[in-house]
This record gives sequence, structure tokens and C-alpha cells, in this order.
Amino acid sequence: MDTTRKTIILFSGDFDKVMAAFIIANGAAAMDDEVTMFFTFWGLNALRRPEKVATRRKSPLQKAFGAMMPRGPGRLALSHMNFAGAGPKLMQRMMRQQNVMSLEELIATAREQGIKMVACTMSMDIMGLRPEELIDGLEFAGVASYLGDADEANVNLFI
Amino acid sequence: MTVTTEELKALTIAQVVDARGTSCPGPILAAKKAIGGVPVSGVMEVLATDSGTLKDLPAWSKKMGHEFLGSFDDAGYLHLYLRKMK
Repeated sequence: MDTTRKTIILFSGDFDKVMAAFIIANGAAAMDDEVTMFFTFWGLNALRRPEKVATRRKSPLQKAFGAMMPRGPGRLALSHMNFAGAGPKLMQRMMRQQNVMSLEELIATAREQGIKMVACTMSMDIMGLRPEELIDGLEFAGVASYLGDADEANVNLFI
Repeated sequence: MTVTTEELKALTIAQVVDARGTSCPGPILAAKKAIGGVPVSGVMEVLATDSGTLKDLPAWSKKMGHEFLGSFDDAGYLHLYLRKMK
């Protein structure tokens, strides 16, 4: 077991939980740890591009899923006190007042720090998300790839 | 090792990192970014306003193999010092 590797599974697409995951990941990377973030189910929404992306060969159900799920970090809901979308806006205002990095900045910093971000292809298939709908610089893999990294890590979080 | 505020103030500083105004994890990101420019055995001074830095920078130093020297609060912000060991 290596004390210089950390793995984080991001299952949730809640704004606050995604924030927590990226703060921990960036902190670990700043301490010279190799970090793998594995995005699955709702967590994939944090990686979506904010703009609509034309995609082919989606079933009507997949299209509906894609339309109903948030596109990117700017549209995620809070796990508590969401108030029909007003909650995240208030939270973001308070974060700016306290000089906390925005989620967009945290994601950009994660990439600068070389954090490995892996999108779960099985979840992408279920939810009808295509690679072109997600931000650049991702790897696409499955559970064995994540477990391989987790085997070598001393911290593993499921968020 | 206890270093007095006077001793900290007398240190020769190789690099100053201004992380004032940033919140967690801003100060350690700033420290990580700047440490590369510090020569081995040189002292880096970190300025911060987030009080969590008092615990976070020693933890970061320990993990990175550097020596945390101490800190003091002056004029409403923190001065923290560490010596690069490798």
C-alpha cells in the first residue's frame, strides 16, 4: 500500500458534494499525491460541457435524460436547501465573499495538477452521455480500472 | 522545536508566498506552486488570512518532508515559515 495515492469516487452530482470532492482531490495533489477521481452516475454531470452538444444515435429516453440532467458545474443543485435553484446561487455568492475557489476553478486546478479524471463508461451508456458532451482531458474506463488504482491507494472516498 | 517570533522575523527568506484572501485549499496550493523556486534549506514565508492554514501548512510540510518552523499573527494576517529540506 502506497501512502502517496488517493482515489475518490464521485457518485453524487450535488453541487456541495462535488465541491468537497474537488477540494480534497486538489489538497491531496498539492501534497504530491497521485489522485484518481472516478466519476459515475450523477457525478458525471459535473463533467458535462455547459453548452448543448449535438449527438447522434440517442434513444428518446436517453435524450430525455440528457435534457433533464444539469449540464456542468454551473447548473448543479445543492443536496440541502436547494430552493429550486436559488440555493446554489446563494452559496456561490457566499463563496465569492469568502474568496473560496469556484467549482469551475477547482476543476481547472485539478487538471493543472494532473489529477486523473476517469468517466465511467457504463454510466455514460445508461444515461446516454457521449464523450463529446464531457470536458476534454478525461479517461474513459470501468470498475476494474478504478479498482486497480484503489488497490494501490491508502485513501478511498465514495462521495 | 520552538522558534520564537523574534527568531522567525530574523530569518532570511528565500521566497514569500502571498496567499492572503484565499480559503482552503488556496494556501497549500500556493505553497505547492512556490516551493519549486526555493533552494534546498531555504526558508519560505507564507502569508495567509485563512486560520485553518495554522494547521494545514504544518501538515503539508510534514507530508512533503519539509520543516515547519512556526508562525505568528501580525496586523490581522498570519506569517508562516517553513524550511525546504529536499
